[in-house]
Amino acid sequence: MSPLVSPLAPDDYLGLIDPLLSARHPAGRVVTVRPECAGAATLEIRPGRGWAGHRAGQYLPVGVEIDGVRHWRTYSITSPPEAPGRALTITVKEEPGGRVSPHLVHRIRPGAVLRLGPAQGEFTLPEDPLPPRMLMVTAGSGITPVAGMLRALAGRRFPGPAPDVVLLHCAPGPDEFLFRAELAGLAARLPWLSVHARYTRTAGRLVPEHMGVLCPDWYDRETWACGPDGLLDALERHWAAAGAGERLRVERFRPAPVLSPGVGTTGGRVRFEHSGVEVEASAAVPLLETGEAAGVAMPYGCRRGICFGCLVPLVHGRVRDLRTGELHGEPGELIQTCVNAAAGPLALAL
Amino acid sequence: MSTTAVPVTLFESLEDHMEPLGEELDRIRAEIVAARGAEDARYIRTVIAVQRGLETGGRAALAVSLFPPAWLVGTAMLTIAKILENMELGHNILHGQWDWMGDPAIHSTTWEWDFLTPADAWKHTHNHLHHTYTNVVGLDRDLGYTILRMSPDQPWHPVHLLQPLYTALLAPVFEWGIAVYDLEADALPSGRKSVRAFLGDLAGLARKAVRQAAKDYVLFPLLAGPSALPCLAGNVTANGLRNIWAHTVIFCGHFPGDVQTFSYEEEQLDGETRSQWYLRQIQGSANIEGGSLLHILTGNLSHQIEHHVFPDLPSNRYAELAPRVREICARHEITYASGPLWRQYASMWGRVLRHAVPDGSRKP
Repeated sequence: MSPLVSPLAPDDYLGLIDPLLSARHPAGRVVTVRPECAGAATLEIRPGRGWAGHRAGQYLPVGVEIDGVRHWRTYSITSPPEAPGRALTITVKEEPGGRVSPHLVHRIRPGAVLRLGPAQGEFTLPEDPLPPRMLMVTAGSGITPVAGMLRALAGRRFPGPAPDVVLLHCAPGPDEFLFRAELAGLAARLPWLSVHARYTRTAGRLVPEHMGVLCPDWYDRETWACGPDGLLDALERHWAAAGAGERLRVERFRPAPVLSPGVGTTGGRVRFEHSGVEVEASAAVPLLETGEAAGVAMPYGCRRGICFGCLVPLVHGRVRDLRTGELHGEPGELIQTCVNAAAGPLALAL
Repeated sequence: MSTTAVPVTLFESLEDHMEPLGEELDRIRAEIVAARGAEDARYIRTVIAVQRGLETGGRAALAVSLFPPAWLVGTAMLTIAKILENMELGHNILHGQWDWMGDPAIHSTTWEWDFLTPADAWKHTHNHLHHTYTNVVGLDRDLGYTILRMSPDQPWHPVHLLQPLYTALLAPVFEWGIAVYDLEADALPSGRKSVRAFLGDLAGLARKAVRQAAKDYVLFPLLAGPSALPCLAGNVTANGLRNIWAHTVIFCGHFPGDVQTFSYEEEQLDGETRSQWYLRQIQGSANIEGGSLLHILTGNLSHQIEHHVFPDLPSNRYAELAPRVREICARHEITYASGPLWRQYASMWGRVLRHAVPDGSRKP
C-alpha cells in the first residue's frame, strides 16, 4: 500500500475516516466523563489501533486540543491493564487557573478525541512473584497511580497466599478522598487489603515519624509513595535513615529530572544543516536549548518530551535520551530535541 | 499597465521610509497570531480531508477510465487534489503556517508533499533564500530561476532570446524544473555549495522522484489493468495541469510589470530595518484578484503580497488581511500591484518578452 500513497502512509487516510484507526498518531475517544469528588473527574477512554497497552501504575501522555492548539499533559492511568478492547481511565484533578485540567474535568464531552502517547513510567508493580508485604503511601491525587495498582491486584486470582497490602492515604477530608467508597469496599471484601485514611484538616499532616504507629512493619515492606514533593522528600530521608531506601519507590508529578552526564558522555559538535550553524553541545543540555542558544529557529512544543512538536530529522550521529540515558539515533530518525542531547558529533536537518 | 522598463529600487530610496509602516504591520501580525484558534484548525483539517477524498475518488475513477466519462471525472478530481496538495497544503504547511497547532501530523518539520523536490530542499531555497532576499538581483535565485532575465539589472545573454520559448516549455514540467533548481548546481563553481552536499541532495531528489514517478506512472496504471493507458494519461494530465497552474500562480505573483526588483549589495541588507524589509516584500510581489474558489486553488498565493509580508500566518487569514494591507499601502503611497488573473498573466508575459532582448538600460 505504502508506495501508492507516497509520500503519505495508508494511516493518513485511515485516520481521516476515524482518528482511532491511526497507528502513527495514536488516539482515543472519550466514552464517559464521571465526576469524582469536587473538582475531579474520571475519563473513560477507548484507545484506538495505535495503543500499545500499559502496566498498572504507569502514566499516560494525553494530547488535548483547546482552541486549535494541542496541549500535552500526563495523567496516571487508574484502570487495571485492560483486556483487549476495554477502555482505560484517567482521573483528573482540576488545577485552579490551569488550562488543560479544568477543560478535562468540566468541559470535555463523550465523543471527544484525545491523542495518546505511549504509557510511561517505572512506578509499577514488579513482575511475578509479588512481594509478600506491600505499603502504599499516598496524598491527594497521588492516589491515582496506586488506585490503578490496587484495582489490578483486586482483579487477580492468587494461586498462593495473596500479598498483604496496606494503603495509607492523606486527604484534607473524606470528601476529597478520591475513590474512597470503592477502596473501602475493596478493603471490606479483600482480607489482604487494609486502607487507612488520614484527614489532614483534623489530624494534621503526615510526618514519617508516625509510620511506627500507622504501620509498625513499614521498613520491611516494599513501599510505593506518591504525593507532594515535601512528603516524598521526608519519606525518602526517613527510609534512607532506616537503611530501607531501596525498598521505597516514589513517583513525582513533574517532568523527569534531567540526567547529569555520566562517564563517557561528552556531548559533541552539532551541525544544523539548513541553518548553516555549528555549535558545541553539552551532553546534559537538550538539543532544543542548544539550537535556540545558537539562534536556530527550532520547532518546539511542550519542552518535556510528550508532545512530539519539536521533532527534527537526524542526518547522522547519535543522541542520548535525557530521561532514560538511552543512546539512539539512526539517519532520518525524528529526534525529540527537547529531551535528547548530543552523544558525540551529529547533524540535524534543520 | 506600464510598458516601460521595470523600476529598480536602490537601497538609498528606502532609508527615510517611515518607521510606522513596520509598526503597523507588526501590530496586524500580532493580532492574527492572538486570534488563531479552533476555526483555523478546522479549516486546514477540512482542506486535508477534501484533498484526500478527491484524490481517492480520482484514483478510483481512473482505475476504470476505459470508460471516457470516468476518465474526465477522475482526471479532474486528481488535478484539483494535486493542486490543493501542492499549494494550500504543501506550500503553506512547509512555511510553518500551521506549526502553532502543535499537531505533528500537520507540521513543517514532518510534512512531505506529492512534488518531486524533497520538502527539506525546497524549504531551504524557498523559505530561506527566496523569502529573505525577495527580488534582490543576484541574491534571490527565484528572480528568473537562474535561467530567465526578469530585470534590467540582470546581464543579458543571447540565450535570453529564447526565454519566451523555455518559459512556456517549463510550465507543464514545472516540478522537474523546481527539483533541478533546488539542487543549486549554479552554486558549485563559487564553492557556496560543496560537491559533497550537491551529491547528497541529488541522491535525496532521486529517491523522492523515483517514488513519486513510480506511483503515478507505473503502479496506479498497472493496478488499472485494462484501463492502464487511460489511467496513465490521466495521471500525466493531472500532474501537467497542476504544474501549469503552479507555474502560472507563481509567475503572476512575482513577475507582473509593476513588481519591483532591487539592486542591493548583500552588506546593505544587513542594515535593513523591519519597515524596509516589509516595503521590499510588498513591492516585490503582486496579487491576483478573484473569488474565494480562485484563492483556495492558488493556496491563497493570490494574496502573494500578504504572503510575503506574513509568510508564516495561516493562509486562510490572508483574505481578511488583504484590505488592511492595501489600505496601509494607499496611506503610505506604496504601489500595491493587484489585478485579475488575465491581466497579471499578460503582464508577466510582457516582462518575459521585454527582457528577452537587450535594453541598453543596464548600469555598468
